[in-house]
Amino acid sequence: MPLVHTKITTKKHNHCAALNNVSYIAEKVERRQRREMSSEQQVLTVTDITRQIKSSLEQRFTRVWVQGEISNFKRHTSGHLYFTLKDEGAQISAAMWRSRAGSLLFQPEDGMKVIARGGITVYPPRGSYQIDVDQLTPLGIGELQIAFERLKKKLAAEGLFDEGRKRPLPRYPSAVGIITSETGAALQDVRTVLGRRFPSVELVLLPVRVQGAGASEEIARAIQDMNRYGKVDVIIVGRGGGSLEDLWAFNEEIVARAIYASEIPIVSAVGHEIDFTIADFVADLRAPTPSAAAEMIVPDRFELLEVIRNYEYTMRQALTQRIAVHRERVASLVGSYAFNRPKDMLREFVQRLDELQRMMSGTVAHRMERTAQDAESLKKRLLALSPQGALKRGYAIVRKNGVPVTHVHQLVRNDEASVEFQDGKVITKVQ
Amino acid sequence: MAAKKTQKGSMEGSLKRLEEIVESLEEGKVSLDEAVKLYEEGIQLSKDCAEKLKATELKIKKLAKSVGGDFEIAETDEE
Repeated sequence: MPLVHTKITTKKHNHCAALNNVSYIAEKVERRQRREMSSEQQVLTVTDITRQIKSSLEQRFTRVWVQGEISNFKRHTSGHLYFTLKDEGAQISAAMWRSRAGSLLFQPEDGMKVIARGGITVYPPRGSYQIDVDQLTPLGIGELQIAFERLKKKLAAEGLFDEGRKRPLPRYPSAVGIITSETGAALQDVRTVLGRRFPSVELVLLPVRVQGAGASEEIARAIQDMNRYGKVDVIIVGRGGGSLEDLWAFNEEIVARAIYASEIPIVSAVGHEIDFTIADFVADLRAPTPSAAAEMIVPDRFELLEVIRNYEYTMRQALTQRIAVHRERVASLVGSYAFNRPKDMLREFVQRLDELQRMMSGTVAHRMERTAQDAESLKKRLLALSPQGALKRGYAIVRKNGVPVTHVHQLVRNDEASVEFQDGKVITKVQ
Repeated sequence: MAAKKTQKGSMEGSLKRLEEIVESLEEGKVSLDEAVKLYEEGIQLSKDCAEKLKATELKIKKLAKSVGGDFEIAETDEE
């Protein structure tokens, strides 16, 4: 195919010459062209030649790395990116399809120096070629770093990191939410520390994927869900250590916004001590590791027990002292003249009362005695009046059928009657 | 931001109340009757808290997602 190339060039030159020179030259050229075509080559159509160019270029440059500066950057509504890569000497059109552009972690812009990886493609309708970019990396610092700095700057400007909005954590939480991988080290670490320091707390796990596609959406969603659940006092969001790419979900805007919107205080615990993520800046508290998060969230129960014991002691002391002060006051009142004056009076009254009682009991006894004597003489007189007295004097009582007989006509011959004497009765028959 | 809900009987609530009691007993501004009542309440609270702190097993709940649908909050005790 280099032959075709050469020929085109020749033709072009001749054409230029023809414009500048007299017509006989043009005629001569035409004759020569006709001779050449008929003798050695068929004529190509534009499509043919373009197809040959396309196949030549695309096979030759299937994957190349091109370094240059971005200009004319445009993001089409379809999501595809179009821009020009240029340096001092040349420029080349570039395109990045939506599927590739979606995984970009930074926002390309004019003037940015980048390395583009891709293949050369030819677009026949316009007779143009471009580089089809499948990977774009900012030159100098890593693209993740750029994305990180960009988002950090943006969110800081919006006030998401303001110290003033950070909420204090509960000192003694009843329940702790944790958003992390169910199988990760973070969960194990948190469980261990909570179990050791403050096992009375309840741990509520909401398992999520912490890396890979969709992880950031899942984490953000989990934060909202944990808020809807509501029965936790604080939430730990995090994961164990990993590469910058592994930790990337915690640098995503969606996670930052979810943390910001959470009504429950959030402790971020991502990776190791040296790893700082966007989530760390937004969180109410940043813990260097998941274990540290657990340490910061709950007190040590033995220390707390000690505090409680001190409270008990203080209360007892305070109350004992209080009672001692009152006792002293009472004692001094009891000893005072004012308090003792009524007491003396009372003692006098008591004495007087005793005397009165003595006197009273004497009088009563005397009267009782007299009354008893009176009773005795009355009894004697009463006894003298009783039938028993009459019988003793020699009288007898006659009864018929138990009824006393008081007249003679009450009895007829052969009647039975009882006669009672002072010491017994006899039955008699009337004759 | 939602008002912090301190449930009755929570460690947070109990300890807060306990601190208040210790403080007012130390200040000594309440009447003796009141002081005795506060003392009794305080001792009870400290006993309750100490009892809770003696728990040794960490309880874990897991919130589960319902398949395909909206997030469903279910509590499952682990272990």
